[in-house]
Amino acid sequence: MPKTIIEKIWEQHIVYEEQGKPDLLYIDLHLLHEVTSPQAFEGLRMNGRKVRRPDLCFATMDHNVPTRNRDTIRDPISRLQIKTLQDNCDEFGVPLAGINHPDQGIVHVIGPELGLTQPGKTIVCGDSHTSTHGAFGALAFGIGTSEVEHVLSTQTLWQSKPKTMEIRIDGDLGFGVTSKDIILAIIAKFGIDMGTGHIVEYTGEAIRKLTMEQRMTICNMSIEAGARAGLISPDKTTVEYLRGRRHVPQGADFDKVAVQWLSLATDQDAKYDVSLSIHTDEISPFVTWGTNPAMGSGIAGHVPYSTDFEKQADRDALQQALAYMKLEEGTPLSSIAIQHVFIGSCTNARLGDLRAASQVVEGKKVHSSVTAIVVPGSESVKRAAEEEGLDKIFLEAGFEWRETGCSMCLAMNEDSVPAGERCASTSNRNFEGRQGAGAMTHLVSPVMAAAAAIEGHFTDIRKYMHESVPS
Amino acid sequence: MKPINKITSVMTPLDRKNVDTDQIISKEFLKRIERTGFGKYLFYHWRFNSDGTTVENFVLNDERYRGSEILVAQENFGCGSSREHAPWAIQDYGFNVVIAPSYADIFYNNCVKNGVLAIRLKGHEVDELIQKGKNELFKLEVNLEDQSVVAQDGTHYKFEMDPYWKEMLLKGWDEIALTFQYESLITAYEEKRH
Repeated sequence: MPKTIIEKIWEQHIVYEEQGKPDLLYIDLHLLHEVTSPQAFEGLRMNGRKVRRPDLCFATMDHNVPTRNRDTIRDPISRLQIKTLQDNCDEFGVPLAGINHPDQGIVHVIGPELGLTQPGKTIVCGDSHTSTHGAFGALAFGIGTSEVEHVLSTQTLWQSKPKTMEIRIDGDLGFGVTSKDIILAIIAKFGIDMGTGHIVEYTGEAIRKLTMEQRMTICNMSIEAGARAGLISPDKTTVEYLRGRRHVPQGADFDKVAVQWLSLATDQDAKYDVSLSIHTDEISPFVTWGTNPAMGSGIAGHVPYSTDFEKQADRDALQQALAYMKLEEGTPLSSIAIQHVFIGSCTNARLGDLRAASQVVEGKKVHSSVTAIVVPGSESVKRAAEEEGLDKIFLEAGFEWRETGCSMCLAMNEDSVPAGERCASTSNRNFEGRQGAGAMTHLVSPVMAAAAAIEGHFTDIRKYMHESVPS
Repeated sequence: MKPINKITSVMTPLDRKNVDTDQIISKEFLKRIERTGFGKYLFYHWRFNSDGTTVENFVLNDERYRGSEILVAQENFGCGSSREHAPWAIQDYGFNVVIAPSYADIFYNNCVKNGVLAIRLKGHEVDELIQKGKNELFKLEVNLEDQSVVAQDGTHYKFEMDPYWKEMLLKGWDEIALTFQYESLITAYEEKRH
């Protein structure tokens, strides 16, 4: 019987199954960071338990780390959390890319860079954006701290088999449209909870033409549509991205494993529980206006009117969002002025993102009313960008060029947006207070964020592209 | 984990959908390395203004609901971040039961692992409860064994529950200890694949 990649990976990882119970699944890679792991390690200590397979774990520090003055974490609680991860990794023998390590970075950026992320693996992390790794044809999902403890102790998880969902993206990527716009458009079209209880596979010709970095942006935000995980069947692009990376087999062994990886792709005629599709003709550069990622529209659009919604609950949700966002019904998105720009996060802080944004700002100046920062996704991204001179382009345009980390995506470190101010952000969540108490977040692609930094308000990036800026 | 079966309490109506875990527990409180003490930060930015004064019309600031053990909210409760600090805060504040039409997957799992009973009722049933709970102090009797919620006006609601998670909640099992019983199978799997 033809199978989806989801079923293939699931079946390969069943350690134990019994009618009426979730399956006991083996976990191939466990990524850890400082925020969701301390209580799990503490649980091990309290029960006298060990980490079963430290060799299948990899830890880094990203949520709390400063992006300037790296060695001085002023907040003592942040400092303790960072130190706790260091101590726990030492005690339990877990490999760690610590704060000054050349491999340090956002956990979902470094996994793929190091070749730890591979097709067919089950990958977990105490972080909802673990879905990012699905871009490689891995089954990757976020877990809570109790589950982190369970995986540390047993290298397994009890999981009920989710339903499968296909989202097919037809057509070519339109002029000025990025993978960020694709995923924002999908969430806006199908809803913030359309994926609940499902693992999504993204298919279609538009997906096949994307680079691995662009695919990661899409899979990253699967959780913003409620999906348990999001993935893409591996192909030649996947294989070529991984070739030569540190943790993949080398030489002839690589070619052998690559054949296995490609065989994981969903079989022709395989059936999904749900199939949805969207055409790229429907997608234009996107801006969110509300307080969840589904509340957005193409740049030519406007904030909706109450009368656009039939249900009272939706009208109430609109009013709650607009009250927080200090916006009026009907406001054109291009008229919204911003005071901050954040280019960073596990969604959009890879080299391709920084290249695209730098091309928009090259030779221009950040608007006088805007503070703009670039936070590369990892030390490796930062080094590569600096080798190409991207740092200079950003600095000359008036951006700040920072050290790596999650930074202003969730503002756990010192980078936050002040109350009452507005940020064009390449991150993944525009929830109330996400970037700081009272701060207002608008989610956009890196090129849209770059253009907003120059103009001081949102603008259609396609206008810039007439000035020969490639996508 | 503490076993849970019957809870009788006044319900607290939170008439919002898509309540994300950033609202349940804001990031500035995630830096602590303990599992306890998060209750005072539950819904912090909905409970308190930036100057520390309380937000008057927020339901958790309504004295009448103090001591309530049952939170009733609208669909897709707990969406967003995987932070288990969300159910820790809910439980530490005093809620042992959440009722909503639907939950985000990770939040739901996190509840089960901590002995917080997350019940799914139909959308119109939750609407009904929230209306009644807003109008008067409205008591509910939750029974996990029977998978039922009985309201003080006699209305009877049934809910579905995965039998495995149900047993775990009723018995308050340590899931890791349970999994250790399958250790030989895990080892056999590793010998084959890892």
